[in-house]
Amino acid sequence: MVLSKTASESDVSVHSTFASRYVRTSFPRFKMPENSTPKEAAYQIINDELMLDGNPRLNLASFVTTWMEPECDKLMMASINKNYVDMDEYPVTTELQNRCVNMIAHLFNAPLEESETAVGVGTVGSSEAIMLAGLAFKRRWQNRRRAEGKPCDKPNIVTGANVQVCWEKFANYFEVELKEVKLSEGYYVMDPVQAVELVDENTICVAAILGSTLNGEFEDVKLLNDLLMEKNKQTGWDTPIHVDAASGGFIAPFLYPELEWDFRLPLVKSINVSGHKYGLVYAGIGWVVWRSKEDLPEELIFHINYLGADQPTFTLNFSKGSSQVIAQYYQLIRLGFEGYRNIMENCQENAMVLKEGLVKTGRFNIVSKDNGVPLVAFSLKDNSRHNEFEISDTLKRFGWIVPAYTMPANAQHITVLRVVIREDFSRTLAERLVLDIIKVINYLDALPSSFSAKVKNTDELEVKVKNGTVVKKTDIETQREITDVWKKFVMARKAKVIC
Amino acid sequence: MCPIYGEIVSKKRKLQEEERENIKRRNKRQRMVIATTITDSSEELHSTFASRYARTSLPKFMMPEQPISKDAAYQIINDELMLDGNPRLNLASFVTTWMEPECDKLIMSSLNKNYVDMDEYPVTTELQNRCVNMIAHLFHAPVRVDETAIGVGTVGSSEAIMLAGLAFKRKWQARRKSQGKPCDNPNIVTGANVQVCWEKFARYFEVELKEVKLKKGYYIMDPVKAVDMVDENTICIAAILGSTLTGEFEDVTLLDELLMKKNKETGWETPIHVDAASGGFIAPFVYPELEWDFRLPLVKSINVSGHKYGLVYPGVGWVVWRSKDDLPEDLVFHINYLGSDQPTFTLNFSKGSSQIIAQYYQFIRLGFEGYKNIMETCLANARVLKDGLEKMGRFEIISKDVGVPLVAFSLRNSSKHTVFEISESLRRYGWIVPAYTMPPDAEEVAVLRAVIREDFSRSLAERLASDIEKVLKQIETLPPRISARAALLTGSVNDFPEDKTVAMGDFEKSVKESQGEVTKESRNVGRKKVSGVCIMPSGN
Repeated sequence: MVLSKTASESDVSVHSTFASRYVRTSFPRFKMPENSTPKEAAYQIINDELMLDGNPRLNLASFVTTWMEPECDKLMMASINKNYVDMDEYPVTTELQNRCVNMIAHLFNAPLEESETAVGVGTVGSSEAIMLAGLAFKRRWQNRRRAEGKPCDKPNIVTGANVQVCWEKFANYFEVELKEVKLSEGYYVMDPVQAVELVDENTICVAAILGSTLNGEFEDVKLLNDLLMEKNKQTGWDTPIHVDAASGGFIAPFLYPELEWDFRLPLVKSINVSGHKYGLVYAGIGWVVWRSKEDLPEELIFHINYLGADQPTFTLNFSKGSSQVIAQYYQLIRLGFEGYRNIMENCQENAMVLKEGLVKTGRFNIVSKDNGVPLVAFSLKDNSRHNEFEISDTLKRFGWIVPAYTMPANAQHITVLRVVIREDFSRTLAERLVLDIIKVINYLDALPSSFSAKVKNTDELEVKVKNGTVVKKTDIETQREITDVWKKFVMARKAKVIC
Repeated sequence: MCPIYGEIVSKKRKLQEEERENIKRRNKRQRMVIATTITDSSEELHSTFASRYARTSLPKFMMPEQPISKDAAYQIINDELMLDGNPRLNLASFVTTWMEPECDKLIMSSLNKNYVDMDEYPVTTELQNRCVNMIAHLFHAPVRVDETAIGVGTVGSSEAIMLAGLAFKRKWQARRKSQGKPCDNPNIVTGANVQVCWEKFARYFEVELKEVKLKKGYYIMDPVKAVDMVDENTICIAAILGSTLTGEFEDVTLLDELLMKKNKETGWETPIHVDAASGGFIAPFVYPELEWDFRLPLVKSINVSGHKYGLVYPGVGWVVWRSKDDLPEDLVFHINYLGSDQPTFTLNFSKGSSQIIAQYYQFIRLGFEGYKNIMETCLANARVLKDGLEKMGRFEIISKDVGVPLVAFSLRNSSKHTVFEISESLRRYGWIVPAYTMPPDAEEVAVLRAVIREDFSRSLAERLASDIEKVLKQIETLPPRISARAALLTGSVNDFPEDKTVAMGDFEKSVKESQGEVTKESRNVGRKKVSGVCIMPSGN
């Protein structure tokens, strides 16, 4: 008895993790457990559950960086316990942030004097960046209107209908009306002419997108600038432009240096860019840069006293890790201009390989343009029998995550598949993907047209022909299909793309 | 386009081009030298500190033209970061600086997962939802068995507070509109001891901030005064559980009672938000009988920082609402997630998911028992430090025994030397203990504050007490200096080198003793000047 007792007391430390009681009992899902768990067991349980998440590297839906050099991983891990906002204790981290802001401002041709430092901040992502920029425009407009003795309670903002959901968020949370320029079939970016027509005296800014999320196309910021200049001259208004370069900001300066979309255009007052997209850093970093000090109203800035020197801050978040800022600095100095250019050229090349492979199948229309963010958006020439959602679903079986979605209002009858080409998507993978897409098409061709039939028959047990044999489906299979159909239906209704 | 502007641009571009050319030329020259000695592989052959990267300086504000090797990039950044303070010895901040290596491993492997991509990473989303529910239960949210709690993971308490404030504002607007009354003058009532993010919320979302003043000896919001300030335009009262200044809990029970009475009299529906950024993970474990949470009917939302006593690295906060009705539907964006609908309410979008996973790790690893043990240990160590300080007979303890584990103390007699000098001198021993003045109406009081975190052991507490004693003795041998020095200051501040940010770090180390002291002096005065400063280090 004594013996067995001692043995059971040593239970926790002696047993291997999978022999311990912790893998046998279940944790309460929504309550904190009463007692502690050994760290090995806690690690194993969480790690194993996370195996069911998708593999970030094979996620072609997202622009967000999923691979970095191990040296940078090391730097990030070493600084994970450093609070970015604690500028007094971590002055070097603050300095690195300031250097990044300046490098990006120069990259975007901000009109800085030799000794002048750029005005900008690091954010958690482009969402925060856009809210900060929008807030600055709103406050500036309010101040001007007040000075003119005019009402300032009905601000609006003009964008294309292809904007990312965070512009809608900004509009909703900060009480600004969102005026969207409608898209049309075959033209999936904001039309500068229509946009300028929508501008009125209450417009705080026009937001142009460099790299539309839908098809990667660059909007014509130069034309927008010219038209708006003219309108401003006629009306006496002072409507500025913001460029949402979340995905294109680290593409255009390297691949299309002669394209004028940035601070070279006088009406562009602020630009945001995602460090975690083609800035090549893991999720959690964005940047916003203003043309000059005057474009950022002083009353929005909070001054923090930092080592006796004044450190102005403008953020919606406060405490956060500093790993991402350090990682961004690593990439900027590690790669340099040349390194970034080489990577972007590789991405573009691989996008072309994929595009040509898809064109060769003869089944797809390519919706994306050659000039733009390296992505391939394509739709089926004939989707009467099988649609893009089925292709997306079937590709998942091969491990690929390729999202399908419908275009926004006025072009919503078009469904596209979108593959984002990131740094870590090599040519081998591109060729492999083409092969797998061909396989999927052939597989689907062998199936009867399913979508329209399924919607009608969802409540019946259905019989499906598979490789010539008739298979009766189990309840679970039918259920799964119903879910799928439902999912497609919901997806088709609300196409909010996560990128 | 104005011609002057065009000129500036063209001049600037020319300068840029010149610099680029220069760099190119420089690089070419170097490459040539290398090529003559050995082959191209020389870069890999050389040890990092023997390579050219350790010799040339990088352009500070421009992207370098050419790539550099990854080892060199790593070494350059790593070495520069050595000059940052050591997070573990930073007693200014509540923010977690240590976690178990197992959790570090989980964090590392999920660095490349985007939290917002719920479709691809459903398990991560599920873990977030579990965390929200665990916290809601901890705070006694009236959630039925078949219901899930309403809440969201954020980057920190700042985002959480903005979301909560926005919900209150929108609810108040909707009510006023339905009554046909104007809704353009919202205000919010808080104590003057609030964290800076409430000011931010007020300014950015156009809400007036009505602050209840503090007074000497009473450094939290007085519920009676707060309720007096409430009017029909008040969107909510924000109470703080664990004031950043002294760690004290505000009396939310009394506030709730008084406000109930006022609401009944006036017919208003003013709610309460509890900012439990630092106290939210203390009170439930150490003072379970204290009523400050959803047990009080007027408390509609609570925020808590996962990265403070939630014991996770910086980058996670939480906000929980009492019920669905307290979060206006029009603020919620719906994202389609694995065929099911995933409502989201955040100011940020893409971000890493490591912190969420780490929070879940802590919850199941520690459980209620583990959190309780850690918080009790922290409080015990705070008492050790407090007793040590009291024994010296020179300090007045401002923090209370009930509250967040921190020790705030001021000098009984600061006519000769101030707490700022003590803070400075402690730095030489490696300790970062901030000194700051209290907010308006109590600004004559200057305090030192040491936050006791999980990783601050008893031996460190004893060590700190003895180091403070040493510092006191040293200071006493010096003549009083503050008045003599202040005169010097105005001149010297302007003498800082161009680039203040780095310079400050290098400066102190390289410059002669006398100059160094002036710098320190300026730092002290700078601290005192800006009363908001106290909020800075404490806010973390």
